[in-house]
Amino acid sequence: MEYFVQQLINGLTLGAIYGLIAIGYTMVYGIIGMINFAHGEIYMIGAFVSIIGFLVMGLAGITWVPLALLIVLVCTMVVTALYGWTVERLAYRPLRGSFRLAPLISAIGMSIFLQNYVQLTQGARVKPLQPIVTGVLPLFTSPGGFTVQISYLQIFIILLTVVLMAVFTYMIAATPLGRSQRACQQDLGMAALVGVDVDRTISLTFVTGAALAAVAGFMVTLYYGVIDFYIGFLAGIKAFTAAVLGGIGSLPGAMLGGLLIGLIEAFFSGYFSVEYKDVAVFIMLVLVLIFLPTGLLGRPEVEKV
Amino acid sequence: MSARKPLLEVEHLVMRFGGLVAVADLSLTAYQREITAIIGPNGAGKTTVFNCLTGFYKPTSGRLSLHHPDAIYLLEQMEGFRIASQAGVARTFQNIRLFPGMTALENLIVAQHNRLMRASGFSVAGLLGLPVYRNAERAAVDKARHWLQRVGLEERADWEAGNLPYGAQRRLEIARAMCTDPILLCLDEPAAGLNPRESAELNALLLSIRDEAGIGIMLIEHDMSVVMGISDHVIVLDYGRKIADGTPDEVRRDPNVIKAYLGEEETEELPPEVAADIPELRE
Amino acid sequence: MAAIAETATSRLQLGPIFRDAVLAALVALVLSGPIMGLQTADASGGQGLVLNFRPAWVLWTVGVVFVGRLLLGFWWAHRAGRAVETPRALKALGAFLARIETPLGYAGVGFAIALPFLWFADRYVIDVATTVLIYVMLGWGLNVVVGLAGLLDLGYVAFYAVGAYSFALLAHHFQFTFWEALPLAGAFAAFFGIVLGFPVLRLRGDYLAIVTLGFGEIIRIVLINWWHVTGGPNGISNIPRPSFFGMPFQRNAPEGVTTFHQFFGLEFSPEHRIIFLYFVILALALITNLFTLRLRRLPIGRAWEALREDEIACRALGINPTNTKLSAFAIGAMLGGFAGAFFATRQGFISPESFTFIESAIILAIVVLGGMGSQTGVVLAALVLVTLPEFGRQFAEFRMLLFGAAMVAIMVWRPRGLLAYREPSIRLHRKGSGA
Repeated sequence: MEYFVQQLINGLTLGAIYGLIAIGYTMVYGIIGMINFAHGEIYMIGAFVSIIGFLVMGLAGITWVPLALLIVLVCTMVVTALYGWTVERLAYRPLRGSFRLAPLISAIGMSIFLQNYVQLTQGARVKPLQPIVTGVLPLFTSPGGFTVQISYLQIFIILLTVVLMAVFTYMIAATPLGRSQRACQQDLGMAALVGVDVDRTISLTFVTGAALAAVAGFMVTLYYGVIDFYIGFLAGIKAFTAAVLGGIGSLPGAMLGGLLIGLIEAFFSGYFSVEYKDVAVFIMLVLVLIFLPTGLLGRPEVEKV
Repeated sequence: MSARKPLLEVEHLVMRFGGLVAVADLSLTAYQREITAIIGPNGAGKTTVFNCLTGFYKPTSGRLSLHHPDAIYLLEQMEGFRIASQAGVARTFQNIRLFPGMTALENLIVAQHNRLMRASGFSVAGLLGLPVYRNAERAAVDKARHWLQRVGLEERADWEAGNLPYGAQRRLEIARAMCTDPILLCLDEPAAGLNPRESAELNALLLSIRDEAGIGIMLIEHDMSVVMGISDHVIVLDYGRKIADGTPDEVRRDPNVIKAYLGEEETEELPPEVAADIPELRE
Repeated sequence: MAAIAETATSRLQLGPIFRDAVLAALVALVLSGPIMGLQTADASGGQGLVLNFRPAWVLWTVGVVFVGRLLLGFWWAHRAGRAVETPRALKALGAFLARIETPLGYAGVGFAIALPFLWFADRYVIDVATTVLIYVMLGWGLNVVVGLAGLLDLGYVAFYAVGAYSFALLAHHFQFTFWEALPLAGAFAAFFGIVLGFPVLRLRGDYLAIVTLGFGEIIRIVLINWWHVTGGPNGISNIPRPSFFGMPFQRNAPEGVTTFHQFFGLEFSPEHRIIFLYFVILALALITNLFTLRLRRLPIGRAWEALREDEIACRALGINPTNTKLSAFAIGAMLGGFAGAFFATRQGFISPESFTFIESAIILAIVVLGGMGSQTGVVLAALVLVTLPEFGRQFAEFRMLLFGAAMVAIMVWRPRGLLAYREPSIRLHRKGSGA
């Protein structure tokens, strides 16, 4: 039981990170119907920008942790969002209306490019970071002596995710950008006809998605304390699985899917095998695609003939 | 008219998308060796009926029975591609769906895929170049040549389909559908975008298909010169319901039809979702 | 940001072009600032990281982007005034190349056969040529899936791994020779392709891409962790080498076995085996080529292409889309499996490290850059991709970066391949006659 609660806490933390990445996949898919394979790399770049940010904070002598976190978070979001914007502008926008495989191949090319770009500029070695947010909050101790605890970092990650989700939900529901986004999701052509600036909306979608992935990268840097240029690959597949599980195109679905994938991974590692946790997530993806292709909260797709 | 043999019987077909009822309790019959036209204002559910017939949509309820010489097929229970390969229903699309990167001839050969596939021994005999496959391929080319001649495209057989002019693409799509040896040919707005001369040629082609090949044709059309000129039987849909059914002359005089086309003109412009929300307009 | 929109007008306007270039340079500054300008490096001595400052890198990037954008702006403005049509010329070039493709192909095959006997062919050259041919074969195999059937397979290396491990395990446990195991390796890979493809191929095309991507990774994880079967990260060594009709390439044969050099009365040389391996992969690659070219002219191949063009139309013509895709997927997997078995016998040692995503990416890059569906293009792309690292370390490092960028560029510029010419699989009229 205690072990269960501990894995639940770990899984929720992990799930928050996956959920934030998954939103990027689901938003892009909702609007232009493509899988943005480079999204995992955007998250990886977010992680690198934050680790560099923390080192700069150290050099600049900013040692008050909340201020350092805030500055690094904001800088990471800005820089990574610009990466997202540039990727869309260079690799996807010219392909609108091209043949079916073109955007997918372009995205894969972009993903290879970004991975190698970071490997070349930052080196292939694993990057460690000393813990910045330390301390744990013991919750309770079982008679057997097992203490269930939640670290301050986990609290921070979960709280930050909740805040971001609230802001993001408000943005989609109540701002002009959100309205344009929902309009484009319904019907791109019609949205353009009624005066929505489709190009700008798509750009902003990539920017938002990248900013959220940047937060995920920021969190993962703090949480694990090690990153390398390859982390975007598996995280990307898992977050995509989360998006499909939640119902691709659905924003709450992406968050829900992210949490579920995080929990599955934590419990699978906790109770079965750490080595095969990635296999478990992947099998989840295949099962969802077979038995529940519209996901938990997705709408069935009506084929246009 | 001699004894009309039913080819397709649609009984109580309903197709719902979420809350939207695209086709509501539609029953109709199409006959062998006849051209049945389905007409109606935009959004009346015509293409939806075709999509149900050809397996692209699973109907919410209803029965679609096709009287094939071998058996009676219940189309609503069949997988999409089997409706074409077994039951012999071929179709064309409102926005032409050729294989644009392949040549006109290749388009027609692909349409004979299943027969050729069997003749090629699922590629084994074909890989070995056995005569049984070579003969089958020659026969397929002959059939393709025949249909290319019928639609006047023999000269351009080796053109990429996507490079053909619009009218030629429409004709090629019909030829391709005919290469599957259908017993029912469903044409979704075959005359759309054709000039009057091409439209007249299309009429002649469809009449000859009906008479020579002896198959039933169903068509969705807005061009009344085509509908009234060649149809044996016209069915009028409005908001997913049948409002008239009869010969072209009967339908032309039907007050419901006149009302649907003239009397409530402004409702035509409404998308069906909107119209469905306004109770006065529904019935 | 919206200012960086297409501003190509017929008149040369310096202002907007200059403004765009400045904006692009600013973007480049923000993008390259942290990632290129500040390099994280291991601190000397203690643990942790230090930052290296590299302002020169950032300045170069910003400068190149500024000038590049400026030139691009001028070029667009220039082109807009004329409406130049280059694709037609390229297409004509493609048609010309297609005409000489057959003689070119024969010349290529002739050269490939003669290669080991040419004056410059030392062990190194033949080794590189063998590697090129492995990638050519993989490229032709993946071409069936991506180029013909239009299915994006991002985990092709998984089938390569299945082939390699099938042979290694069969040899290890059941003393299979290379020639006995080869068909089985292909069959196993095809089986995996069917098992993986069956649930996924019914769905939208893009799902296949991500599932194959995951599958490639899964195979690798299983190979690493299922160590009592696969040897884990250490892999499997002592994989038997192929024999020439039962004659091994060894200096001293065991009792009662004639070796290759004894039979032909030659002096023993380790190069015999290298050359023999080269001819084996050449034969395998040529068979793959003939096989796929032949398939393309059969109903199954035409159905693949039709499916790539329009799946809905295929269904309306009674073609079973799932089975058709599955056949392409399985045949592609089988060819990958053959190549994998060859890889295992050539190396004599395999480990999961040889089957990473990068390998899949390289094979996909070969197919895409070669112009999807083009057999000759695959050869050229494989040649460039494999030999590039041999020219020096900097080429090796930048290879995948360049190829990633090239994939994007090709999709943006000429998505149907550089030459965009497709030879019909069947003709009604003789080539070049009348219409």
